[in-house]
Amino acid sequence: MQRRFVSIWFRQLLADWQLIRRPELAEVPFVFAAPDHGRMMITAVNPLAFSFGVEVGMRAADAKAICPGLEVLDDKPGRPKNLLRGLGEWCVRYSPSVSIDEFGMDGLLLDVSGCPHLWGGEREYLKEIVNRLKSKGYTVRLAIADTPGAAWAVSRFGKVTPLIPSGEHVDALLSLSPEALRLEDTVLAKLRKLGFYQIKSFIGMPRSVLRRRFGEDFLLRLAQAIGTEAEALIPLKVPVAFSERLACMEPIKTKTAIEIAIQKMLENLCNRMQSEGKGLRTGMLTGYRIDGKIVQVSIGTSGASHSVSHLFKLFQLKIDQIRPALGIELFVLDAPKVEDVDVPQEEMWSSKPGLNDNSVIRFLDRVAGKVGAQAIHRFLPATRYWPERAISKAASVTEKASNPWRTDKPRPTEMLKVPAPIEVMALIPDHPPKFFIYKGVRHLVSKADGPERIEREWWMDKGEHRDYYQVEDEEGCRYWLFRSGHYGGEQQHKWFIHGFFA
Amino acid sequence: MNAKKELLQKLQQDILLWQGFKPHCTGNAERIGLGEIENSFPGGVFPKKAIHEFITIQPEHSAASDGFIAGLLSVLMENGAACVWVSTTRNLFPASLSLFNVEPERIIFMDVQSEKDVLWITEEAIKCEGLAAVVAELNNVSLIESRRLQLAVETSGVTGFILRKDGNKKASTVATARWKVSPLPSVTQDGLPGIGFPRWQVELLKVRNGNPGSFILEWAGEKFEEIKKTGNQPIWSDLEGRQIG
Repeated sequence: MQRRFVSIWFRQLLADWQLIRRPELAEVPFVFAAPDHGRMMITAVNPLAFSFGVEVGMRAADAKAICPGLEVLDDKPGRPKNLLRGLGEWCVRYSPSVSIDEFGMDGLLLDVSGCPHLWGGEREYLKEIVNRLKSKGYTVRLAIADTPGAAWAVSRFGKVTPLIPSGEHVDALLSLSPEALRLEDTVLAKLRKLGFYQIKSFIGMPRSVLRRRFGEDFLLRLAQAIGTEAEALIPLKVPVAFSERLACMEPIKTKTAIEIAIQKMLENLCNRMQSEGKGLRTGMLTGYRIDGKIVQVSIGTSGASHSVSHLFKLFQLKIDQIRPALGIELFVLDAPKVEDVDVPQEEMWSSKPGLNDNSVIRFLDRVAGKVGAQAIHRFLPATRYWPERAISKAASVTEKASNPWRTDKPRPTEMLKVPAPIEVMALIPDHPPKFFIYKGVRHLVSKADGPERIEREWWMDKGEHRDYYQVEDEEGCRYWLFRSGHYGGEQQHKWFIHGFFA
Repeated sequence: MNAKKELLQKLQQDILLWQGFKPHCTGNAERIGLGEIENSFPGGVFPKKAIHEFITIQPEHSAASDGFIAGLLSVLMENGAACVWVSTTRNLFPASLSLFNVEPERIIFMDVQSEKDVLWITEEAIKCEGLAAVVAELNNVSLIESRRLQLAVETSGVTGFILRKDGNKKASTVATARWKVSPLPSVTQDGLPGIGFPRWQVELLKVRNGNPGSFILEWAGEKFEEIKKTGNQPIWSDLEGRQIG
């Protein structure tokens, strides 16, 4: 397919931007100026100031002399780039690949191959962009051509038509001045000195001659404009392989409409992913609002999935976070992270329930989306005796236990997070308590088992060992008590309660 | 007259079916190993498609309820299905479940901040057909919330257990069964020293369309064992019989 490029030139980027912010400046000549070598140099001019003869590169003091009512505003370095980035992100609606024109820092270059027909042709496409930008307050010139270089040249210097048909961009360049080739000032001066006022006067010359006179860079720019050399544009946003866009005829405000939009996009996206054997791991829904703001929500899954109903449910949980304000006019659904889906496994799931079950994984995804993945735990046995560390958290849903669970020692069904001190009466040296007082209640011990000595993991923490007793009081309640260390130590509380048996 | 009676019986059967009760079947396949208790339910079958409510006020009671539920889970999860345990303040020690024939790694614990989240997760989990059971530790359930859960259970077939920690708020719920499990003194074989199998007083406070009752049950290592209330067998051991292991 023939590639097509659009160049958008913002003729007075800063002036337009300032007018949008401060409409009261419409009737005032104003300039932007930045300090340079101890003086204020003009960096941008509005049309009114220009009509007085104020130009970029003048000193602010001189300009004020020419134009008495001139307003001088401070310019910040990097401001055009920030503005262009914002405009570029907005322009993603017209093409997924938008890049900033790094040469003049006053325009955008769009790779629009395969896009204009969505707007009903190239003419309508250009008209739409111009009108939309004009309605926002930006005066632009644009051109569409086969190469970025030619589009750049025609948008700035073209006098006939902005629409260069495929294959005719070289003809369109011929009558333009050499400035249209994005050249250095020194090269331009040399060309002018030699009487080359139009591109056609040197385009036919041998390359070796041109290289000797004007350098390698000149040849590169020429080749890029003609199309013999490919030009790499750095897109603002790297296009995602799996992405769906949905432009709306009317701005969307209601929850139902957003749901329909998500459903539609998911159907297309999942169809594509399914045919390529991929599944979504993370998804991002971006809504472009008519006030120029962007709203985003994202979802994640614990396993690659291309099921519309599942992904839709995950998005449904997030819909409340979307603020449509005046309305959303474009939805983009990206899948930045996709993984291969194991197709045969699905059959296995349906026959045998378990943690791998499809519905369980979907349920876990929904919970993770709502309350966060940190709330979900699964425990595996750890090969340690110390009760608090006898279990370890599983890293994933599918992780299997490498050792069996121990069932030879009694462990309480309910265990206190921190052992609570108790008062006891017990025979020395190692008899279980006769009674103990926990939370002010006296429990008379009628049966007991133990002790089970558990040593501390001395390589991790210091302290006394624990002698655990399983006791049963008169009512039949069963407790897990322990004595910390030997009698006669320096500890205040010797006895603790650590759990309740079933 | 006879035709009318038949019609009524048929209607009753239908209603029971809708409410999650299975009609009585001859095979033992549907038995859950609770013995006599199962006869308290309509049709003599433990209702799996139902919400079971446990009143647990003291930690001793909740420990006993945990044990009892774990025993039930060992049967419900036999086919390899997973279980979800939702709580705001969980004290359950997962490793202890292996003593009740449950693989603790097949239980997914969800520890969340608020009761609202617990309810939301419980409802979502109950709708998830791949799960065997859902255990939710809640302080209070309102009538409407419990009805929502019951409706979800009836369509999916997941067994729901609700552990109610707060006994003061005895709100009416639509739970199929309300249980209270309290620990009883254990009995060792032949008067050996130490502590025997966990033994509980299982009170069935409320059963929809069934007969409430009180039973004594023991977890005999592998399965539930019912202790028949015979006249002279002492349940409480004497104090002087206290021995250490």
